[in-house]
Amino acid sequence: MELLTPNLGYFVWALVAFIVVFLILKKFAWKPIIKSLNEREQNIAGAIASAEKVKAEMAQLQNENEALLAKAREERAQLLKEARETKDKIVNEAKEQAKAEASKIIADAQQAINAQKMAALTDVKNEVGKMVIEVSEKVLKQQLAGQDKQEEYINSLVHSIKLN
Amino acid sequence: MVAALGLFLVSSAQSVFAQHEEHAAGAATEEKFNPGEAILHHIADAHEWHFFSLKNADGTEFHGTIPLPVILYSPQRGFSTFMSSAFHHGTEAHNGYKLEHGKVVAVDEAGTPDETVKVYDFSMTKNVVQMLIALIVLVWLLTAMAKKYKTGQGVTSAPKGMQNAIEPVITFVRDDVAKPNLGPKYQKFLPYLLTIFFFILINNIFGLLPGAANVTGNIAFTAMLGIISFFVILFNTNGHYWQHIFWFPGVPLPVKLLMMPVELLGVFTKPFALIIRLFANMTAGHIIILSFVSLIFIFTEMSKTAGVLFTPVSIAFAVFIYLIEILVAFIQAYIFTNLTAVFIGGAIGDHHYEEDIVTHH
Repeated sequence: MELLTPNLGYFVWALVAFIVVFLILKKFAWKPIIKSLNEREQNIAGAIASAEKVKAEMAQLQNENEALLAKAREERAQLLKEARETKDKIVNEAKEQAKAEASKIIADAQQAINAQKMAALTDVKNEVGKMVIEVSEKVLKQQLAGQDKQEEYINSLVHSIKLN
Repeated sequence: MVAALGLFLVSSAQSVFAQHEEHAAGAATEEKFNPGEAILHHIADAHEWHFFSLKNADGTEFHGTIPLPVILYSPQRGFSTFMSSAFHHGTEAHNGYKLEHGKVVAVDEAGTPDETVKVYDFSMTKNVVQMLIALIVLVWLLTAMAKKYKTGQGVTSAPKGMQNAIEPVITFVRDDVAKPNLGPKYQKFLPYLLTIFFFILINNIFGLLPGAANVTGNIAFTAMLGIISFFVILFNTNGHYWQHIFWFPGVPLPVKLLMMPVELLGVFTKPFALIIRLFANMTAGHIIILSFVSLIFIFTEMSKTAGVLFTPVSIAFAVFIYLIEILVAFIQAYIFTNLTAVFIGGAIGDHHYEEDIVTHH
C-alpha cells in the first residue's frame, strides 16, 4: 500500500521543480523556439506563395509574348502584302505615265513635222513661184524685146480670147 | 544504442544475481529470496542510492550506495539535515531519527520509535535527485536549442543537430495535440503542454536507465502533475462547461438530475485518471522487467542449473519489455499531454465544440 500513498516530500520537490522548470522553459525555451518556428513557417509559406506568383506572372508574360509575336507576324505579312501592292501600283502608274508621255511626244513631234513640212512646202511654193515669175520675166523680156513682137503677142493673146 | 542498453541491463542484472547468490550461498538461516519485496524495493523511493551489496568474509555487509541529503521537519524538533549515510542503512539512529523500512521515524533516547513526534520528510531522495538531474539536462538542452534559434539557425537556414531531434516533437505537440484540441486559443496553453510533455518524457527516459530511480512511476510525482492539470482545467472553465455539469442541455429533467453528480464526479476523475494512468504504466513496466530478472533467482533457489539455464530466457524477455518501455516512455508522455489538452479543450470549449458533443450523444 505504501506504493499508493503519495510521499509529501517528493510531492513538494516535484511541484517546485515543475514550476521552476515551467517558468524557465516558458521564458527561455518555448517563447524563442515557437517564435522562430512560426517565423520560419511564415517565411516558407511566403516564399512558396511568391514563387507561385512569379510562376503565374511568367506564364502570363509568355502568353503575352506569344500573342505579340503572332501579331507581329501578321503585321509583317500585311506590310509585305501592302508593299507588293504599292510596288505594282507604282510600276503600273509609271508605265501608264510613260506611255502617255510617249504618245504625247510622238503627237507633238508629228505636229511639228507636219508644221515644218507645211512651212517647207510653202517656202518651196513661194520659191518656185518667184523662180517661175523670174523665169517668166526673163522669157517675156526676151520674147517681147521688139515692138513688132509685142504686137504679135498681143495679137495672139487677143486671138486666144474669143469673145462669146 | 539498444544494444548498449541491453548490455547495461544484463550487467546490472548480473550484479544483482551475484549479490543474491551470496545471499543464497551464505547460510541456510538467510531469509529466502522474496520477489515481491525485492521488486517493491526497487521501484520504491529511497533515502540513499543503492547499487549493490556484498557480503564480506567476516560476515559484515558492504553496500555500494551514494548517500543523499536527509531534510526533516518536525513541529516539536524543528528542521534537521544530515546525509543519509548517518543512518548506516537503517541500522543506526541519528539525531533522534531512524530509518525503518525506508521511512524516517522519530525515536526516543532508547532508540524505540516515538509515535508522538510527527515527522515531515523533505529529504532529497533518490527520486528527487534523479528528477533534478534530468531536469537540469532538459533545461540545458532546450535553452541551448533556443539560443541556436536566436542566432538565426533554423529560422533563415535549415535546422541542425539537436534541433532536428527536438523540433519535430515540439511541432507534433503544437500541431497534433494543442491545435486540434484547443482551437484558436492553443497558443496560451502551448508552453504548459510542451512543458508537461518534456517533463514526463525526460523523467521516463531517465527512469529507464539501469540503476536509475523510478521517478515517474511514483504516485507523488504523477499526483503533482495531475493536480496541476486539474487546476489549469479549473481556472480555464467557462459557462458552457459548468452548464454541462449542473444542467446538461438537451436531455429530459430526470436525466439532467442524474447527470449532475456524474458530471461533477467527472471533474475530479479526469485528472485522477491521468495520475493513475501514468503511475500504473511506468510502474508496471518496471515491475515486469524486475519480475523477469527475479525469475532467475527463483529458479536458482530451486537449483543452480535451472537458474543458469533460465538466465538467457529471462534476460531476453527483460530486454524485450525494456524496448517496449522505451516506447511507453514516449506514449505515456503523449497520452498525458494529449488528454490534458482534451480536458482543457472541454473546459474552454466554444459553442461549436458543445454542439459537437451534443450531436455525438
